[in-house]
Amino acid sequence: MRVAVINYGMGNLGSVRRALAELGADVCIAETPPDLRSADRIILPGVGSFADGMANLVAQGWLDELRGECCERNKPLLGICLGMQLLASDGTEGGHSLGLDLIAGSVVRLDTLGCQHRIPHVGWNGVHGRQDSVLFKGLPEGTDFYFVHSFVFRTRNEAHVSATADYGVMIAAAVERDHIFGTQFHPEKSSKAGFKVLQNFLSYQPC
Amino acid sequence: MLKVRIIPTLLWKNFGLVKGVGFDSWRRVGPVLPAVKVYNTRDVDELILVDIVATREANEPDYASVQDFADECFVPFTVAGGVRDCRHIQQLLRAGADKICINTEAYQSPTLIAEASRRFGSQCIVASIDARRGQDGHYECLSHSGTRPTGKRPEDWARELERLGAGEILITSIDRDGTMAGYDLELIKRVVDAVQIPVIASGGAGTYQHLVEAVLQGGASAVAAASMFHFTEQTPLGAKTALAAHGIPVRARYLSHE
Repeated sequence: MRVAVINYGMGNLGSVRRALAELGADVCIAETPPDLRSADRIILPGVGSFADGMANLVAQGWLDELRGECCERNKPLLGICLGMQLLASDGTEGGHSLGLDLIAGSVVRLDTLGCQHRIPHVGWNGVHGRQDSVLFKGLPEGTDFYFVHSFVFRTRNEAHVSATADYGVMIAAAVERDHIFGTQFHPEKSSKAGFKVLQNFLSYQPC
Repeated sequence: MLKVRIIPTLLWKNFGLVKGVGFDSWRRVGPVLPAVKVYNTRDVDELILVDIVATREANEPDYASVQDFADECFVPFTVAGGVRDCRHIQQLLRAGADKICINTEAYQSPTLIAEASRRFGSQCIVASIDARRGQDGHYECLSHSGTRPTGKRPEDWARELERLGAGEILITSIDRDGTMAGYDLELIKRVVDAVQIPVIASGGAGTYQHLVEAVLQGGASAVAAASMFHFTEQTPLGAKTALAAHGIPVRARYLSHE
């Protein structure tokens, strides 16, 4: 199982790479768009702002290759944290900008949803996965995962939210549409529970 | 619901872990790597690693060692000590740190907090404040591992750090550090009340009850402790049981079947 982790200059890829290697995957850090072609799975990690993330993806020429591999060749894609947010149609962090638009919706700051708690949302929070979700298969209801973010993904279609977490308001902890997945939390930093989510992603077979 | 984090702090000096009292009188605790492995195996909520000599000796962070430690750590890993510019932060993140803690340099160039939080995101910038209570009863922030007075009040400085873009505040009482006599609850509460970002309480934890107080009376989002985990039989897991008994939400350990 070859997994490409996209390096587009947004944060720490090391922990994602190590977690996948621990699960026995053949991990490659994709430095240029053609590196995605030999992969069976693609991971879009990332920390930082939506606008910067998108600008880097565009400037480094990832868009066409990413859409081709995911939409035409149906390769499973997992976005983590900022990587999940970039799956959206647009975002407001760092100024309004368009996203990859792989899952319809917008990324907005937590407090615009009425969240009264301290922001960023940092720490371990219980995640409630949908029964039929791919990523949460075999995980007990309410398992804690590690979050660290100030913005959240509001999908246009509620059916695309595969798991939620409660931070004063309900937030999308994970999204899922066909073979496109995203987690707002960091599975690579969520110890054994996170490994299980990554394992579920690796084991998933697209139809 | 968000859980209260219990965070072991590892103080790292040259080749090993140490722990002192009042930022002084260092006692050797043991090597770093096995401690990181043990805490990872025990599935702690987060780890903070502080290089206590980097700033004093004006060294750059030791990226290679950080990478060795990060390789063993599948829980959030915060690194502190000797961070003076964005290049240091980038290198530490590349070495595997998840969050970077900045203390001394924030006084000297506050724009570092602003620039770093813009470039790397607020969520990975933890601003650390070391404070002590003076004879007049007022609190003051100190830089350079607690050796230089700055004239700043912790609550004012915390507010300023939040404004600059810090994602969390780590507040440490120098007076209580290593004493195991309990957190300085007044100091913690002042900082908690001054900002809207999460605050990690540090300095003085000696018993599970102290951790409970930091949360219930101080209002801390997370509690950090070193001596009580190094020098007593108390553990992060035991701390969770104690906090839960007081109705504080803590993370339940996920046990895989493999």
